[in-house]
Amino acid sequence: MRLSRSILSFFAVLGVVLGLGLSSPAMAQQNAPINPTASSVREDQLLNALKPGSAAEIGGRISIPDGKAATLIRPAGREWREFHQGTMHLVGAVAILGMLAVLVGFYLKRGKIMISGGPAGSTITRFGAFDRFIHWTTAGCFIVLALSGLNITFGKVLLMPIIGEVGFAAMAQLGKYAHNYLAFPFMIGLALMFLVWVKDNIPGMIDLQWFAMGGGLIGKGHPKAKRFNGGQKMVFWSVILGGAALSVSGWYLLFPYTAGGVLNLQFWNVVHGIVGVVLIGAMLAHAYIGSIGMEGAFDAMGSGEVDLNWAREHHSLWVEDEMKKGVVPARLQAAE
Amino acid sequence: MARMKFLCDADRCIECNACVTACKNENEVPWGINRRRVVTINDGKPGERSISMACMHCTDAPCAAVCPVDCFYVTVDKVVLHSKDLCIGCGYCFYACPFGAPQYPKVGNFGSRGKMDKCTFCAGGPEADLSPAEFQKYGSNRLAEGKLPLCAEMCSTKSLLAGDGDIIAKIYKERVVKRGYGSGAWGWKTAYKETVAI
Ligand code: HEM
Ligand code: HEM
Ligand code: SF4
Ligand code: SF4
Repeated sequence: MRLSRSILSFFAVLGVVLGLGLSSPAMAQQNAPINPTASSVREDQLLNALKPGSAAEIGGRISIPDGKAATLIRPAGREWREFHQGTMHLVGAVAILGMLAVLVGFYLKRGKIMISGGPAGSTITRFGAFDRFIHWTTAGCFIVLALSGLNITFGKVLLMPIIGEVGFAAMAQLGKYAHNYLAFPFMIGLALMFLVWVKDNIPGMIDLQWFAMGGGLIGKGHPKAKRFNGGQKMVFWSVILGGAALSVSGWYLLFPYTAGGVLNLQFWNVVHGIVGVVLIGAMLAHAYIGSIGMEGAFDAMGSGEVDLNWAREHHSLWVEDEMKKGVVPARLQAAE
Repeated sequence: MARMKFLCDADRCIECNACVTACKNENEVPWGINRRRVVTINDGKPGERSISMACMHCTDAPCAAVCPVDCFYVTVDKVVLHSKDLCIGCGYCFYACPFGAPQYPKVGNFGSRGKMDKCTFCAGGPEADLSPAEFQKYGSNRLAEGKLPLCAEMCSTKSLLAGDGDIIAKIYKERVVKRGYGSGAWGWKTAYKETVAI
């Protein structure tokens, strides 16, 4: 009895399943129109299949000679736009305004860093003409590159409302040329800077001590230092590595057909923009301490002759070495 | 006001490239630039489809957003145009455009490649409508004459549609319903953030 009931219900279920299974293809055949192109590509499939990286574009074959036109849709342009109008502006503003705020704060708190023992009145040669030529070539190019680059990023927000769209476009065109051409002396200057100064910029234990003492900027006293102290080595390596990153990325932006596609250009633009503004922030600090932030510092890159006491305080070991080499400090003529 | 759009019905396009040629001729497009092009996907395979593509005149256009000199403007018909007088040829719109529309007359590095050129929806530029200066820089202004872009107007299979977005979407939808299939309104999702349901 029980068995027959369960057998019955089993057949009932089977019947329903079979019935459905048999009837559904028939229904589908009635409703579905003839689709001669069932295998055709569909846009939504291709869009969904897009992966970041190599398969980030929908493309095909094209019969005009311009092979690059074979890319049909490249949605990544939207993301790059978000970056350029969002993140790029934010990072740029924080790097530059943030650094300016820090420097103003530092100046108000610490004031101009004076030579503790006062000027000695005699000087020692710190940078010869060639060193200074390299520094100012590179720095001069950097300043123009930075301003013309920032003009691309922020000009239309900051300058265009003031000088009008026609004047601004003319200026931006000039800036564009300046940025294109000054890139080359900048790269040469950078390479020379590396060759001439790298031997004195190898990091060592002495730099750790320098940082432990706050570089004499934050703490008290003057940590020992050779030709370049820990902070200056950081400046050097930021300039060399940042400059190299700017050179490589900028090179692809300058010669777009060597980059291998727009997706790569977007990538290099991101690298270039971010490294650019971060390095601008760092160079603001460098320029501050090399000029108004510290008594006697500018002379090193100005005349090349620094005050002996300044040198003893900031580069004690370097002065000792120079003295051992037999360098005789020059007496300044008495002020009248 | 109309909201002008392009729609290429890929199930009709026969890759004849007449739209490409019509555009070049109508607008006297500079040598080396193709404002419109036809791309064939899965070429030679059973499901191959050809799509005619040009500037889509995007909603909230990426090119306009990134242009460092802000030289783009949108007409009352929502056609995205730009001023070649202001353009500095920097290439940023070319990075941002999802459809590869912006092109430059010269090879070389950006800045010395000349002013950006792209499809104008046959709507000219900022100069006075139908003036010689406008024609010389941007090509013809058929919209000002009450005509639609030539590429779509002369498309022999009526695959390429140009006109008010709602109207061309309706035409396409009717076709899809009637024949029962459609490969999609190519580019719409990316350009207009909406598409025609199939
Ligand atoms: C107007 C802004 C600038 C001023 C006033 C300035 C000043 C100076 C001074 C005085 C020194 C010598 C420091 C010493 O006695 O050792 C120096 C060194 C140096 N400068 Fe500049 N500089 C400026 C911009 C730049 C820029 C834009 C760069 C990068 C491209 C740069 C890169 C360097 C490097 C790598 C050194 C050697 C390392 C160091 O001393 O930190 N400078 N600068
Ligand atoms: C090595 C040399 C360099 C080369 C070859 C180079 C090249 C370029 C190129 C081709 C662009 C595209 C933008 C345009 O078309 O104007 C650009 C943008 C820019 N560059 Fe440079 N550049 C170099 C150095 C620098 C330096 C040293 C800085 C900053 C200190 C800098 C900052 C910028 C910035 C901020 C932008 C705008 C980025 C954006 O908004 O997306 N560049 N550069
Ligand atoms: S298709 Fe390209 S050029 Fe045309 S509006 Fe969109 S982003 Fe701009
Ligand atoms: S190439 Fe011309 S239109 Fe394009 S972003 Fe640069 S300035 Fe603007």
